[in-house]
Amino acid sequence: MKTIIKNAQVYLDGELLQKDLLIDRKKICKIEDKIDVKADKVINAKGSIVFPGFIDIHCHLRDPGHTYKEDIPTGMKSAAKGGFTSICAMPNTDPVTDNIASVEYIQLRAKEHGYARVYVIGALTKQSKGEEISEMATMKSGGIVAVSDDGKCVQNARLMLSCLRYASNFDIPVIVHPEDYALAGKGQITGGKVATQTGLSGIPGLAEEVMIARDIMLAESAGARLHIAHISTARSLDLVRQAKERGLPVTCEVTPHHLVLNEEACLTFDTNTKMKPPLRSEKDRLACVQALRDGLIDCIATDHAPHADFEKEREFDHAPFGIIGFETAFPVLYDRLVKPGAISLSDLVDNLTQKPASILDLPGGSIKIGAKADLTIINLDESSTFTKEYIASKSKNTPWLDKTMSSKVKYTIKSGMITYQED
Amino acid sequence: MITNKPLIKASELERRKIMIPQFLGRNVYDLDDYSREEILYILEAAKGMKEINLREYKKIPTLRGKTICTLFVENSTRTRMSFELAANRLSADVVSFQASVSALQKGESLQDTVYTLNAMGIDLYCIRHCSPGSPQLVNKYSGKPVINGGDGRHAHPTQALLDIYSIWEKKGSLKDLKVTIVGDILNSRVVRSNLIGMSKLGAKVTVCGPKTLMPGNMESVYGCRVEYDLGKALDKADVVMGLRMQLERMSEGLFPSLEEYSKHYVLSNETLKYAKPNALIMHPGPMNRGVEILPEIADSKDSVIVEQVANGVAIRMALMFLILGGKA
Repeated sequence: MKTIIKNAQVYLDGELLQKDLLIDRKKICKIEDKIDVKADKVINAKGSIVFPGFIDIHCHLRDPGHTYKEDIPTGMKSAAKGGFTSICAMPNTDPVTDNIASVEYIQLRAKEHGYARVYVIGALTKQSKGEEISEMATMKSGGIVAVSDDGKCVQNARLMLSCLRYASNFDIPVIVHPEDYALAGKGQITGGKVATQTGLSGIPGLAEEVMIARDIMLAESAGARLHIAHISTARSLDLVRQAKERGLPVTCEVTPHHLVLNEEACLTFDTNTKMKPPLRSEKDRLACVQALRDGLIDCIATDHAPHADFEKEREFDHAPFGIIGFETAFPVLYDRLVKPGAISLSDLVDNLTQKPASILDLPGGSIKIGAKADLTIINLDESSTFTKEYIASKSKNTPWLDKTMSSKVKYTIKSGMITYQED
Repeated sequence: MITNKPLIKASELERRKIMIPQFLGRNVYDLDDYSREEILYILEAAKGMKEINLREYKKIPTLRGKTICTLFVENSTRTRMSFELAANRLSADVVSFQASVSALQKGESLQDTVYTLNAMGIDLYCIRHCSPGSPQLVNKYSGKPVINGGDGRHAHPTQALLDIYSIWEKKGSLKDLKVTIVGDILNSRVVRSNLIGMSKLGAKVTVCGPKTLMPGNMESVYGCRVEYDLGKALDKADVVMGLRMQLERMSEGLFPSLEEYSKHYVLSNETLKYAKPNALIMHPGPMNRGVEILPEIADSKDSVIVEQVANGVAIRMALMFLILGGKA
């Protein structure tokens, strides 16, 4: 099966070039000024840009166990609608993905539907309870790309050191959700001005920072590969900078919401502004944007965390943490950061493609001859409005509900197969 | 009866340069939604209501046929009684919903509870809840006006209004008055609402308490002064307010003992010597005598603590009257 994408601009090594693109048997086989061969399908992408398929190394698919929030097919469809061709599923399902059988369940379900490449992240500890090391070596032989207790954080430093040593033994990257439980307490939003104003309990930046400091020291001692999930404060970034300057294999990611929103969003008591880590101060937000520009932050990850309406329609204190992120990621970041000039288009695209791929050593991330045809075609002049009807995820928990953002995903292509096409 | 008589005479409004603000159907989440002029108008209205409360027959027919619901998800007998008395005196029907004996204990959501109540025809909700922002939810689910009777540590606007009324009645104005509030500032919704309201009326507020019970950014958020030393905080104060010190703060690791707290922060004849003579003494209650305030102060001639309670009924009557468009 041959597909030609015509009249598009193609994102090649950071440049936009007017090219035609030929896909043959799942792979990109020609990139030329003009391609005229007989094809089974011709996509006229005039006015749009062809990007490498986006890669998200941090999402929650809720399957098995919480399929009323999301399941593997709907999660993949939502990813495809956001332009993602590869996603990494966190293990906090029910049961927790802490054994080879659970890993295979996700892989099987994903293959059955095929709207995205789904990579599995295994649990760091059994049932993510923070008590015993998981069978991570067995899970690695089954294809996991990293281990993490995301959503939870191993509080016991001795066990954490042991996990890091064990993971380094089998060359498995460890992803941490840094949060000191005692400091976080019953916090709902970030400690700071808005917590003072609203009376909502604060999660101080310190709760994140002391854990990052601890985990960097432990990982250094263990010789482990450490990736810090959803970094959110200026001081956390200082700690990562110091670690990198010392040459340690430490990387970090940031979410779209921490790049675009600050604590003031919580003044409305909208439970779709409640997530972990919480939205921080404007100073912290600006530090994250700066760090993304400087390359201190290694990639953008959505932390797609679906929750049902009835769970979010609660008193702020009682609503769960987290928001969905696949479909809003590119349009929100393009609209709020690229258009005003805070970051460049290539900063945005690279952080959604080749950079996350290199962190977990995943294939894809760039457009080149011979590579798998994982592509995202986006029109920057159109716009997307995130109504409940528009959103493909089962859950609609986003602070950008009913908001309109510039740019629109037109097609998503995985291995030459169209996984999403605008209606 | 005050029927057919305007609440405040037009000439009086003119003299005080007060516009007649629009209150019909408004929510009272906190005082930041209300201008200085609107707050003054509420105080004037409450003055009329207070007069009714002093009569032998304490009732006017102005809200006859209206139904007011007190929705108390957090326990409070005093505030609920004050709301219910206020509604009764305006001849509204009152229904009372208490979480401890209700479906919320069985796991019904606030949303379903409000849908159920609303189906029965409620015109106004007075809510107390331990979660900040809950009054907004009640309005969202009911479409009816809501008076916040205290939401977590966030706000307690009727308490602030009655505090402001009590000062206004005694001093005539809050302009340039020095008000000092002492105690557990971190956990006090009363302080937050008072800071907003009192500042709008020109008072200079100082908050005082141990550092572990003081939220960050108070100066920048509220424009108040923060003082950890009681003597300095009370210096030349016109009004002094004590706050209830709660035992559970000890188990939270925020202070060591009531005795040590008292040594540094109790309102007594000795500490009050820093304040102006005849400084007004206030407390939102319930008091821990001997912990944050000594009886010699609580019961002194300058104390308005008991009168605050009476003013609470008048303030709540005024709000219900204005929001439901009672006929004066």
